[in-house]
Amino acid sequence: MTMRTLPRRLALAVIVAIIVAVVSVKLNAFRDYQIAEIAMYVTAVAALTVLTGFSGQISLGHGAFMAVGAYATALVMLHLNWPFYAALVVAAAVTAAAGAVVGLAAARLRGPYLAGATLMFGVAITAVAPAFPGVFGGDQGLNVTFTTPGFVGANFPLTRWQAWVSSVVALVVLVLLANLQYSRIGRNWRAVRDDDVAAELDGINVAAARIRAFVVSATCAGIAGALLAIVTGLVAPGAFTLTLSIALLTAAVIGGLGSLPGALWGSLLIVLVPVYVTDVATSHGLSSSVGANIPIVAYGVVLILVMLVFPQGIQGGLRWVFTTFFGTDLKSRTWREAPAPHVTPSADEEAASQHQKEGTS
Amino acid sequence: MKRSQRLRWQATAFMTVTALAVAACSSSSSSSSSAPSSGSSSSSSALTASAPGITATTITIGSHQPLTGPAAPGYSEIAPASAAYFAYVNAHGGVYGRNIVYKYLNDAYDPTTTASVVRQLVLQDSVYAIFNGLGTPTHLAVVSFLNSQKVPDVFVASGCGCWDQPTLYPDTFGYQLDYVSEGKILGQYVAQHFKGKKVGYFYQDDEFGQDGVKGLDYEIPASQVVSKQSYVVTNTNVAPQVAALRAAGAQVVVAFSIPAFTALLKLTSLKLGFTPVLAVSDVNSDVYTLDGLLEAFAKSAGAKVVGSQLTNGIITDSYLPTIAQASNSWTTLFKMVHDQYDAKEPWDGNAYYGEAVAYLFVSAMFKAGRNPTRADLVSAINGGLPQGASVAPYAYSSANHDGITGAFMAVMMNGGLVQQGSVLTTDPSQTGAITTYTGTEASAPASGIPSP
Repeated sequence: MTMRTLPRRLALAVIVAIIVAVVSVKLNAFRDYQIAEIAMYVTAVAALTVLTGFSGQISLGHGAFMAVGAYATALVMLHLNWPFYAALVVAAAVTAAAGAVVGLAAARLRGPYLAGATLMFGVAITAVAPAFPGVFGGDQGLNVTFTTPGFVGANFPLTRWQAWVSSVVALVVLVLLANLQYSRIGRNWRAVRDDDVAAELDGINVAAARIRAFVVSATCAGIAGALLAIVTGLVAPGAFTLTLSIALLTAAVIGGLGSLPGALWGSLLIVLVPVYVTDVATSHGLSSSVGANIPIVAYGVVLILVMLVFPQGIQGGLRWVFTTFFGTDLKSRTWREAPAPHVTPSADEEAASQHQKEGTS
Repeated sequence: MKRSQRLRWQATAFMTVTALAVAACSSSSSSSSSAPSSGSSSSSSALTASAPGITATTITIGSHQPLTGPAAPGYSEIAPASAAYFAYVNAHGGVYGRNIVYKYLNDAYDPTTTASVVRQLVLQDSVYAIFNGLGTPTHLAVVSFLNSQKVPDVFVASGCGCWDQPTLYPDTFGYQLDYVSEGKILGQYVAQHFKGKKVGYFYQDDEFGQDGVKGLDYEIPASQVVSKQSYVVTNTNVAPQVAALRAAGAQVVVAFSIPAFTALLKLTSLKLGFTPVLAVSDVNSDVYTLDGLLEAFAKSAGAKVVGSQLTNGIITDSYLPTIAQASNSWTTLFKMVHDQYDAKEPWDGNAYYGEAVAYLFVSAMFKAGRNPTRADLVSAINGGLPQGASVAPYAYSSANHDGITGAFMAVMMNGGLVQQGSVLTTDPSQTGAITTYTGTEASAPASGIPSP
């Protein structure tokens, strides 16, 4: 079984890549752009899936890692004239370092304190670019020029090329993460997530596992940031506000925390729902002040519905559909998928256990 | 073991089918929307589908606007006002018989969203042009994309000098008086009327504020300037800046700030007992908005003020006539259109702006010809446009893509503006002289529609 997992995942990735390639040729240029956007979000949401779903840590500041990756890409491409592929490697390395630094602090924190620390990181990063306008271009940001390579021909649409590059990068990241998930590292993460005391008793270095998760997660977010740089063509602080970090977390939870396919569902949702609802709202001739707020309302309604109907996210819901209608139970394999994510002990629980300890002593 | 493997393939197949279904659903709407533009080359009429977004009966244009989010208060009224003016034109014969369809999408003032919605407008909805895209950071995210696609990017709603780069961005045109020129006009007034007085600056730390300060520095002697204080929009506590201006003994404070921060400046000064003469950028010249902000902020701090009393005497400038000039023919026209087509939104400076810029677009479309290509619109604007509603001429030529070239000085009084002296024109260069505009402002056409 273990021998065959890698080829199987590679085959799945190749199939998805072929589907993307075919679909991108069939669809118009804007849909290609959306494919690129979705691939970018999938990478970022997968980063959070690793952190929150696999290792049980929370981050409200993942947009900041995307910012680090995006700025690294832009600076390398602008000043060194390196191709995107080289810039991507630099961006991954830089965000890995940033992830290690944040991870060092995060390994000592849990629950709301970890959320607070990452939130602070996420809020602070947008102030860096305006503070050093000479390097980061201030509020206006840095323009990134990304063109189609010569070998695809002069008439190859740029958006299709963006879709291809983003999808390939996203698929490679997903395959690597999937392998990591079922490796010893991934097992350690799950052990730490489910019970850190038990994990420590089993000889797992809890702090090291947590930092490792942060580094891996930050690297993926940095890669997503690099994709954002070439997809939108602009790296500016306005793109990395807290809204982005919250949107990523939302997508991870909605898609199904702890499952990588869930990252795809969550990303599809946050990219397609607003556009679709805006089209509906404008085509029905609603006044602009109402129409402008409809996508926000619809987005909220979708979130509430998914959480009510599928508390384990869309992927959890799909799994339920399979077990119900195909008659097979996936339970034999659920040890490898994440169970209901009991992310971190809530503050109440911690306080309660504290009380117990005091009571018994 | 085998069973679970089969299941995996089933799951894969299911996912694939779902993904394809989603893609198919979403693509179907696009193919139907682009159908009319390709289909019809009309036989009875001379009107043809001469460019993307133009059919025998319609001209579809697009825009990105902050309909929600931090920049929405006030600015969200602009696009509906433009749409109202287009509705008026459509009801009175359209542009050579074609109706203007104005599709403006919300970008919430977020550049990433701007990049996405503008691509939607250009690549999927095939708009003929992007009209009046609002905001400096937002529009910068799409300006090179639009030029690479050769989409006319006309009358950007921002006074950044960055739109005037005809060699780099041949398809982009500004609209507003640029902030450097405005700073010069404001600076000259301060230098002339407050000779020898101590002057302090209060400005937004971005392109807008920095360009304004550049213009001010061209005109106000450096010896007079005692303090320059900047703020960032994310920090609403301006007490340190106000205290510094007060400590420096500033008698006149010139503010390049957006209305919310102008209101904060005024209220914080009051609290500290600091009462300098205030001169503010034309982005504040909609007194109605400023009064409302003053009252709202004071109320949330537990105080009650009358906005129009606080704004009385504030010096500003304006490149459009104001709603207070009720006898002005443009004000009469735009008020009439507003009351008929946009009555749900308030009648204020933002509505005025939206209609004035829409009027300019209609006159450019008439000039572009009966069956214009995208290049025809660009060369029509490069050939110069009639002055329309603005108080000074436009700079448009093939070498200059700046918009309005001048403004008049004014003092706020009882919720309106009182004009001070004549209209002044200049350019953003340091040496460009500030001259009194001697031409006469055209009055609005009786039909309310620019003549072809």
